[in-house]
Amino acid sequence: MKLVTAVIKPHKWEEVREALETFGVTGMTVSEVSGYGRQKGHTEVYRGAEYDIALVPKIRIEIVVDNGDVEDVVGIVVKAAQTGRIGDGKVWVSSIDSVIRVRTGDRDEAAI
Amino acid sequence: MSSPLLTSLAATDIDTGNTAWLLAAAALVMLMAPGLALFYGGMVRSKSVLNMIMMVFGALAVVSVVWVLVGYSIAFGDDVVGGLFGDPFQYLAFGDMVDGVTASGIPLPLFAIFQGLFAVITCGLVAGAIADRTRFGAWLVFAALWTVLVYSPVAHWIFDFDAEGHTGGWMANQLGAFDFAGGTAVEITSGASGLAVALVLGKRIGFGRDPMKPHNLTLVMLGAGLLWFGWFGFNAGSQLAADGRAAIVFVNTLVAGCTGCLAWLLVERVRDGHATSFGAASGVVAGLVAITPACGFVTPLGAMAVGLAAGTLCAVAIGWKYRFGYDDSLDVVGVHLVGGLVGTLLIGLLASTSIYADGADGLLYGGGLDQLGKQAVACVATFTYAFVVSGLLALALERTMGFRVEEDHEVTGVDLVIHAESAYDLHAATGGARPHLGGSGGSLLDRHDQ
Repeated sequence: MKLVTAVIKPHKWEEVREALETFGVTGMTVSEVSGYGRQKGHTEVYRGAEYDIALVPKIRIEIVVDNGDVEDVVGIVVKAAQTGRIGDGKVWVSSIDSVIRVRTGDRDEAAI
Repeated sequence: MSSPLLTSLAATDIDTGNTAWLLAAAALVMLMAPGLALFYGGMVRSKSVLNMIMMVFGALAVVSVVWVLVGYSIAFGDDVVGGLFGDPFQYLAFGDMVDGVTASGIPLPLFAIFQGLFAVITCGLVAGAIADRTRFGAWLVFAALWTVLVYSPVAHWIFDFDAEGHTGGWMANQLGAFDFAGGTAVEITSGASGLAVALVLGKRIGFGRDPMKPHNLTLVMLGAGLLWFGWFGFNAGSQLAADGRAAIVFVNTLVAGCTGCLAWLLVERVRDGHATSFGAASGVVAGLVAITPACGFVTPLGAMAVGLAAGTLCAVAIGWKYRFGYDDSLDVVGVHLVGGLVGTLLIGLLASTSIYADGADGLLYGGGLDQLGKQAVACVATFTYAFVVSGLLALALERTMGFRVEEDHEVTGVDLVIHAESAYDLHAATGGARPHLGGSGGSLLDRHDQ
């Protein structure tokens, strides 16, 4: 089992969700986060005082998938979230030891 | 204010038209207090918005009471010495007033409370200079003493006209300066007091280094709108009559806000690259501040010029605090002091006897430098008095009861530490802790700053 984490542009979230649902992903955890990469932040001006706003709002998606689905899921996320411009985000994959479904106590593959 | 203001008690019949208008106008001026609370509240960070709003509401509560008790008498009682202040016992607690009628046929208690709401808004304005770092209890004490020591005397100087059997203040009568609705008593006084108190309290932690951007500009815009609405009562109500001059004042109040807004936006577009909503709100207020003293003396074209000048100069003046290093948090100096000076002085250039026959012509209408000189004296006297007395008062409070919050409380945020509240519950999971009924003992917060 793997955890796929994607940090993407907020306005691409709906496209990513639809693509994943079409593929058969039945659930995910989504959070509103902020951060920065090469995109950096932006400048705001209030009564003549300039503020460098370092953090950019992003959406973080977390999905636990079977090993066999990892490449497909990553490919779908990257394709749906891509605009080709700086700030499109990152996707990373990490290993996880076990998963438990709270309602039934099912473990691992059965719990995904 | 139109003069002569007061007749001896019960000498005149009540004019119902004038009275109806002033009842409405007084309520409009009262609305400026919550308007100011939102205007200021949106400008601070989310950790101190409630405290900012509470400082203005607190000013409303305290100043109104003090005004009724003694403030009105100091401002509008018979002069005690040299046009400096009125007899504080003459109308103690609005006693001996119910049968009084002003020269324009307005019941004296109505005139008196209309004037009291000017004191309220002036005090509320001062709070903007000391956002994020002021102890609430000390602020309320300041508001009470400031009403007695600063606002009421200055109001006496400029608003209390001589009448038969009544001697008023030196600026309005001996000097002959013009101030229709409060360029000196309200705007310069609030700006000078704000500057003094901000200097006594010192800069906020991180001033000029940490971001302190406004947390909610929609509140700022709503507040500016309510202020503008209330300002019609403030200015056109100051005519104390429902007549043609009140109508011109109403027009002037609209167009000066408009040109103030446009001028500020133009400065921003050229200087910063963007015309901002915050700039629009600020420009409206700058224009309104400047037209306040001038609105009963200038033509609508003159009012547009006053708004343009104020919008431009105030948009520049808000940068001074970074250059000179004083933390006038919400630009009371940049907007109200500078705007008040601009409007009060421009009367000397733009006043026209076509608007008020008993007034004077300014320099640009062939009136010479005479009126400009009188306006300048009024500006300097008001600034000096308000700055010195407010500064001494703030210093006394800081030395005795403490005026500024402790460092870690300022960092945590005054909403939480002083009021035990947070303005926005945006996270249901952390906002839903079980209530402790029956007393506040065992709170996580210590109560030192209350």
